[in-house]
Amino acid sequence: MANVPDNLHYSKDHEWVRVDGDTAVIGITDHAQDQLGDVVYVELPKAGEEFAANDSFGSVESVKAVSEIFTPVTGKVTETNDSLNDEPEKVNKDPYDEGWMIKMKMRNAGEVDSLLTAAEYEDFTKAESE
Amino acid sequence: MAVPALDLKKTPLNDLHRELGGRMVEFGGWDMPVQYATGTITEHLRTRTHAGLFDVSHMGEIDVRGREAIAFVNKITSNDASKLIDGQAQYSALTTPQGTVIDDLLVYRFAEDHLLLVVNAGTTDKDWGWISSHQTGEAVKLQNVSADYCQIALQGPDAISILQTLTETPLAEIKYYHFVRGAVDGVDSIISRTGYTGEDGYEVYAAPEKAGQLWSKMLDAGKFGSEKGILACGLAARNTLRLEAGMCLYGHEIDEETTLFEANLGWITKLNKGDFVGRDALTKQKEEGIKRKLVGFEVTDRGIARDGQDVLIDGERVGKVTSGSPAPFLKKNIGMAYVPFELAKLDQKIEIDVRGKRVSARIVPLPFYKRAK
Repeated sequence: MANVPDNLHYSKDHEWVRVDGDTAVIGITDHAQDQLGDVVYVELPKAGEEFAANDSFGSVESVKAVSEIFTPVTGKVTETNDSLNDEPEKVNKDPYDEGWMIKMKMRNAGEVDSLLTAAEYEDFTKAESE
Repeated sequence: MAVPALDLKKTPLNDLHRELGGRMVEFGGWDMPVQYATGTITEHLRTRTHAGLFDVSHMGEIDVRGREAIAFVNKITSNDASKLIDGQAQYSALTTPQGTVIDDLLVYRFAEDHLLLVVNAGTTDKDWGWISSHQTGEAVKLQNVSADYCQIALQGPDAISILQTLTETPLAEIKYYHFVRGAVDGVDSIISRTGYTGEDGYEVYAAPEKAGQLWSKMLDAGKFGSEKGILACGLAARNTLRLEAGMCLYGHEIDEETTLFEANLGWITKLNKGDFVGRDALTKQKEEGIKRKLVGFEVTDRGIARDGQDVLIDGERVGKVTSGSPAPFLKKNIGMAYVPFELAKLDQKIEIDVRGKRVSARIVPLPFYKRAK
């Protein structure tokens, strides 16, 4: 069973958001990495780029497939996890911590309230796989 | 195109795949494991270093029996089936009158009057229709016997020692692309020294109701679950292994639009063996020369080329990627593509349009990977 930490917000595109003041840390969920398989490549934006909620900000690739990744919130990228260039497998091994992808300065911190809670996300993935 | 799961065909090992954590996907109308719990990269590497086990029961089998079996097969395929001896197999192709490819296949010779054609899963029905429509009075009896066989591929450097624990047939004496009938764990089988991974190994054919027994015994004999033990491998690893080995996949490198010469398959195109479907077109193409050619490439930038993406040379779109993937053993991103013949030179710089971003690559020799003998 996929790990779904309680303290995060989730999107229906299988990203998670951890709120730290007005900063959002964003990555993909345990369920998403499990569905993808071995991650071999992660393409991330540059610091300074701006995205609206639900924009594609990069892609994550497994041996077999390419998936776009979307920002659940609006804002400006302040930092990216460049260690994923050499160690993309961190996304599989530790999707909620070492496998984080970008940090964004949120324009509207209230946006996270429209995202799913852990319990809602769990129900959503169950419904999706049925 | 999603096919409802209920309509998918299942091999006799379907339940075992699910028990092993196989992620099931649709492939050519079949419900097949794309990978197991261990993941594609581990499956791929284990096959290169130890052993991998693949369910290939979805492949089709067509029996050709009768006095003119060899003459008939020679009429519809490009390689020369008359060169086979009993117990030998041959890679060949079913060709169109244009010299393009209906399917690639293995031709097994059991006897002068008995050949078995092993064809791709997704093309079995098409092949059966094509082959039977070409029988015009030859003394042969054709039968689609796909449902009579399971097929399990045991591949990798440890394949021989693992399989030898289950059979008294001396496996080392079976030469590459040869086969024997023998008992594997007491099950009457065809043991064929063939494969689709670039490794040494065997493909075992038996009655479908014996599939579970053979599969489980091979996993046990290969110490499945131990650190250097055999792994069950899914379609994704099968694809990356064959790609590293530079082998064609039907529907990607070869199809009804590509000719054998374009796909570097001149070595299975025997223009002097007598007439066959497509010979005139292929003879003409050999005289005039091909306009495009299948090449291997290695991505030199960051990025992964994927099937269907455009190939550019000097900014001009000149061809398409037929297969593109990370290569887990070589630790590079590789692919195959068609490019204009005059540009199909080693070290030629090319670019791949990876979802709008141009990624540099260069043409390299095929195969990408060759095992040490």
